[in-house]
Amino acid sequence: MTETINGKTILTTPVTEEDVRALHAGDVIYLNGDIFTGRDDVHIRVTRENRELPSDVRGKALMHAGPIVKSSDENGFEVVVIGPTTSMRMEKPEYDFIKKTGVRLIIGKGGMGSHTAEACREFGAVHCVLPAGNAVVTALCTEEVTGVEWLDLGMPEALWSMRVKGLGPLIVTIDTGGRNLFAEKKEKIAARKEEQIEAISKKLVSIL
Amino acid sequence: MTKQERIQRMTDIMVSFIGYTAVHLPDDIISKLGELKAAEDDPAALSIYDMMFENMRLASELGRPSCQDTGFVQYRIECGSRFPLINELEEILRSAVIKATADTPLRPNVVETFDEVNTGSNTGTGAPSVSWKIIPDHDGCEIYTYLAGGGCSLPGHATVLMPGEGYEGVVRFVLDRLAEYGQNACPPLLVGVGIANSVDTAAQLSKEALFRSVYSQNPNPKAAEMERLLEDGINAMGIGPQGMGGKASVLGVNIQNAARHTATLGVGFSTGCWTHRRGHIVFDRDINYVTDTHSGFTCNK
Ligand code: SF4
Repeated sequence: MTETINGKTILTTPVTEEDVRALHAGDVIYLNGDIFTGRDDVHIRVTRENRELPSDVRGKALMHAGPIVKSSDENGFEVVVIGPTTSMRMEKPEYDFIKKTGVRLIIGKGGMGSHTAEACREFGAVHCVLPAGNAVVTALCTEEVTGVEWLDLGMPEALWSMRVKGLGPLIVTIDTGGRNLFAEKKEKIAARKEEQIEAISKKLVSIL
Repeated sequence: MTKQERIQRMTDIMVSFIGYTAVHLPDDIISKLGELKAAEDDPAALSIYDMMFENMRLASELGRPSCQDTGFVQYRIECGSRFPLINELEEILRSAVIKATADTPLRPNVVETFDEVNTGSNTGTGAPSVSWKIIPDHDGCEIYTYLAGGGCSLPGHATVLMPGEGYEGVVRFVLDRLAEYGQNACPPLLVGVGIANSVDTAAQLSKEALFRSVYSQNPNPKAAEMERLLEDGINAMGIGPQGMGGKASVLGVNIQNAARHTATLGVGFSTGCWTHRRGHIVFDRDINYVTDTHSGFTCNK
């Protein structure tokens, strides 16, 4: 479900195909509802080892993240800090992961490549950047740890399920229409780099 | 104070200081981020700066680490030859990491190579890393601390250029690296450039450059001018906060230099992310301390 509250676009899980197809690269959104964490090892299990995720994640959000979690009093868990890790590490398996699991939102740090973009277009999903290094703000968006699976992978790599409120700002970087903001940005940066190398080198001649 | 009391005192202060630097950014970084935010007009970049300041406020208020990656601990020591704990110093700094990991808490990030096991304590073979400089005939000790994040250590690189490639070659080396890896290293970045004889000396200097304030300048006027040119040039590349575009890509560029062989030009490159958790603490012989990076710090033990 998508709503606009005080000028903020808020998505609530289960996110539908229609919800994500209405999003465009550069949009800023916030998320309410169910997310789960998965990084390198979860992707290996699901795609290379062909195992099923322990629960249905259709319409939910995958976050590339390894939290610091501590046990809380009522035999549950509490997130101390959490933040996104580099999404590009999951680029190779992400096409199959999206296809197989039906996630609608992938949240991480930095951009992703053509495999992910292809899956986003084909199956209806988006990749979003959550500004990294903001581990306390992000931890406070998690209302409850609703479960943990595959804890044998260790705390950062395990599959943590959480309920979040107002998780964001999430900046859409890959949309369903084939746009990839990071890839576009990287090209611009590369072009400006050449201009700057030339400009700096010229100025250096006069000082050295 | 007995020697044992001195050791205990210094260990307590270092545990407390490391924990403090995981939670609170250095004064110069906070003020620089404020300046970059004030100069920004891109709405997406501004919302990222807002989130950073909200995170810094909440981290301080709740005493939690500002980033979930609390890094790999690196020390640089400039120790007087007559400092009373010179022989015990490495052991003090190592046990401080173990205690700070449990107390803060810090995320256990240290993995032994080849065995590929996480030690759980943030210590291991050569971890924390320590680089030494002995100050003759002096009885105090200066310690630089750095929590090196994974994401911002990844762009690091060093090479030896041919002198004919000149300082233009240095510019290309630095800008190439930033264009390729800068977006994912959590910019705005502090860029450290080492210029010296070979890869080892240049790489070491590039890391030491990250221990300098973002407001500092290289004492050589030509090197200082090159710092300024690089800073403006990298900002003009438009990497922006989180690599999403914006006016500033860097917090600053610091160059550290040394002499070179006539036939070589060594260049090292290191980056620190916007969560640049470096600290500087100075002890006298009685283990009184002062810090010029974190004005709010007092040892709570
Ligand atoms: S690069 Fe720095 S801010 Fe970004 S996740 Fe790593 S430690 Fe945190």
